[in-house]
Amino acid sequence: MKKSKAFWVFSVLALVIYAVVQGLISVGILDLYYQNILVQMCINIMLAVSLHIIIGITGQFSIGHAGFMAVGAYFSAIATMKLGLPLPVGLLIGAGVAALAGLLVGIPTLRLKGDYLAIATLGFAEIIRIIFLNVDYVGGAAGMVITNMTTWTYAFVSVVITILVIANFTNSRHGRAAISIREDEIASDAMGINTTYYKVVAFAIGSLFAGLAGGIFAHNFFIIQPTTFGFLKSFDILIYVVLGGLGSLSGAAIAAIFLTIVSSYLAEYPETRMIIYSLVLIIVMLYRPSGLMGTKEITSLFKFGKKGGSQK
Amino acid sequence: MTGNLLINVENVGIQFGGLKAVQNVNMFLNQGELVGLIGPNGAGKTTTFNMLTGVYQPTFGTITFDGKNLKGLKPYQVTKLGMSRTFQNIRLFKDLSVLDNVKVANHNIAKHSIISSIFRLPSHFSGEAKMEQESIEFLKIFGLDVYKDELAKNLPYGMQRRLEIARALAAKPQLLLLDEPAAGMNPQETHDLMELIAFIRKEFNLTILLIEHDMHLVMGICERIYVLDHGQLIADGTPEEIRNNPKVIEAYLGEEVVD
Amino acid sequence: MEWIQQLVNGISLGSIYALIALGYTMVYGIIKLINFAHGDVFMLGAFIGFYAIARWEIGFFPALIIAMALCAIIGVVIERVAYKRLRNATRIAALITAIGVSLLIENVVIYFRGASPEAYPEVLPETSINILGVNISSISILILAVTIVLMILLQFIVHKTKIGKAMRAVSLDPDAARLMGINVDNTISATFAIGSALAGAAGVIFGVYYTRIEPLMGVLPGLKAFIAAVFGGIGSIPGAMVGGLSLGVVETVVSALGFSLWRDAAAFVILILILILKPSGIFGKNTREKV
Repeated sequence: MKKSKAFWVFSVLALVIYAVVQGLISVGILDLYYQNILVQMCINIMLAVSLHIIIGITGQFSIGHAGFMAVGAYFSAIATMKLGLPLPVGLLIGAGVAALAGLLVGIPTLRLKGDYLAIATLGFAEIIRIIFLNVDYVGGAAGMVITNMTTWTYAFVSVVITILVIANFTNSRHGRAAISIREDEIASDAMGINTTYYKVVAFAIGSLFAGLAGGIFAHNFFIIQPTTFGFLKSFDILIYVVLGGLGSLSGAAIAAIFLTIVSSYLAEYPETRMIIYSLVLIIVMLYRPSGLMGTKEITSLFKFGKKGGSQK
Repeated sequence: MTGNLLINVENVGIQFGGLKAVQNVNMFLNQGELVGLIGPNGAGKTTTFNMLTGVYQPTFGTITFDGKNLKGLKPYQVTKLGMSRTFQNIRLFKDLSVLDNVKVANHNIAKHSIISSIFRLPSHFSGEAKMEQESIEFLKIFGLDVYKDELAKNLPYGMQRRLEIARALAAKPQLLLLDEPAAGMNPQETHDLMELIAFIRKEFNLTILLIEHDMHLVMGICERIYVLDHGQLIADGTPEEIRNNPKVIEAYLGEEVVD
Repeated sequence: MEWIQQLVNGISLGSIYALIALGYTMVYGIIKLINFAHGDVFMLGAFIGFYAIARWEIGFFPALIIAMALCAIIGVVIERVAYKRLRNATRIAALITAIGVSLLIENVVIYFRGASPEAYPEVLPETSINILGVNISSISILILAVTIVLMILLQFIVHKTKIGKAMRAVSLDPDAARLMGINVDNTISATFAIGSALAGAAGVIFGVYYTRIEPLMGVLPGLKAFIAAVFGGIGSIPGAMVGGLSLGVVETVVSALGFSLWRDAAAFVILILILILKPSGIFGKNTREKV
């Protein structure tokens, strides 16, 4: 019953955040600049949480997440711009195709382990990007012009859905099966878990929400180009998950929020931003490789205060 | 107490590169038996376990479990057929709680789908409740229920060994394979463990195959014993026969025969 | 005849990949780390060579040697500062640190000198030699000669010297090597030094051959050289050479067939095929996880 309590707390919190932000927008305190930062925050949270289910929960080291974001971005844009479908339908199509791409990539690659899997996912993401680069229907290298349709509401609802689905997956027998793969794949297999199935499922769910984030992203700006979805983007997403703590959903989300704010302040100085990012990444890996939160969730900081202290 | 043939291993062997690690192993277990598998270090005991459980595919021979040929089955499929195991070097899910470790092994007793869990349908709640209840039952048997919210890695060593057995049991095996369950335990802990093994065997109507270095333990509780040396079976029989078998004594020369 | 011309171009490109791949494969062989920053050491080598030739006006060979020496030092510094602490860390932590070091080097270079490209000065007169009706540029011959000399030198170091023997011992079993009295830390540093020097040489050669260098130039060749190393069998020195040359030839052929925009995809397709079909590569050994 603890878990359903967390669910209600989360739902009420989400409603309150939405109401407050919506209120601030309607009285004009949050102008378009801040609204845009909020939308980007939502996109980055979705990307972080969707990679979290692959790396943090299932322990499969993917560094090609931007590829699935690209699939979602392009296919949702094709649906809205070329086929004239409404945005929600476009978002669904983008997410669906991204999940499909996740299956196609995941089935052959997920039997690889560690470094090899990482490199293979990076390779697939690059192939996806190069395909978009070479297809004239979506504008090739010049990119695809898109009407700005994303609103704060779309972005927020998408984030809430993403977090709910991934949290619900995690807190179930399926999530435990996935975590057991991260902890010890051989033991997991020996306990009757179909490890291949759960790795592919987690990968597909992660890709689905990366695709949703891509759809929101594509309709938040006037153009999408293949270069946006290169491995630097994948590394950005990886940084959220790693800094937040491998295995912590709230950690990944907090890191995404924090780094979105930092990078919007440093938008004028991209090198400085990247120097800070990379230094933080190195220092965290050397001195606190489990990231900010480790595998703990923010909720566990509030309840069992006594236990939390002894579990170091 | 003993019944029908449960597992039959015929001429099983495995080759790594050019090296025949294990060859011509023939063994069987009847339902309800407690059988020991012993041998010096590097004799191929764990490799044999790995072949039985599907971690390795044997290069030669056939393994029949409960009437089914295990050829080509993956470990999780073998487990679903009713065989589960512990590991020589404890392989717990370290960052999961004690309760969750057992719940993972209980995975297949509930049937609620991923969709059901994501949308929190009633079948999710009933399935999870069933898993919780059963898992706590297992923990109680092993005296681990007081630790249920601790992380597995924080348990004392002896408790980790117990948790591994509890977890293996939660996978609902007919045949339980224990790989050196008493390794690293003191005599008191070993004694308690022997009693525990005898108890769960009766309680769950188990057949048990036990790898053990501690001769005392093996001789004390096993009904029959197989002896491996250099990848080949060199003897089998009752503890009394094994104790007096010259081949076994020779194989163990230089090692401690009796603890 | 045009095909032979293309083959020569492919081998020139492949030599560069091979030189970078050697560093990847040696480092991976010894500490099981994909040193993502290796491509950036290659970039630094190109810039050091550029400043040496264009600003200090020394010749090609002195510039090559300076670039190799400085890159060797940079490689050792990276290893000592960032990677040494990670020997017992998880593979994920090590890989992420390597990515961090790579991003850091790139952005520090951009921070200090901007992202603009630089045109490499000419080191050889633009002549070509006609061999059996095929025109081979003098630069191609220079590249090949330098690569071959460096590879022979490397083979000599690995197989005939004490440090080479130590490197092979540590890559087989670091703990046993330590017990045998080998200084593992120094051996690992030596491996980084040699690998980085080769990457530095590749950087100078790249600059001379393609005449255009920029701070992010190391990213793609770095990745591709890694692919070459995987293709050849990671950890295997002959594998890195063969893998690098093959990849160079394949890319050149894909371009020559008129698919130049797909050239980069070719490398990644090869990577995925090799990972799925034979992850141990051409010369690699199969390993099995102990249960």
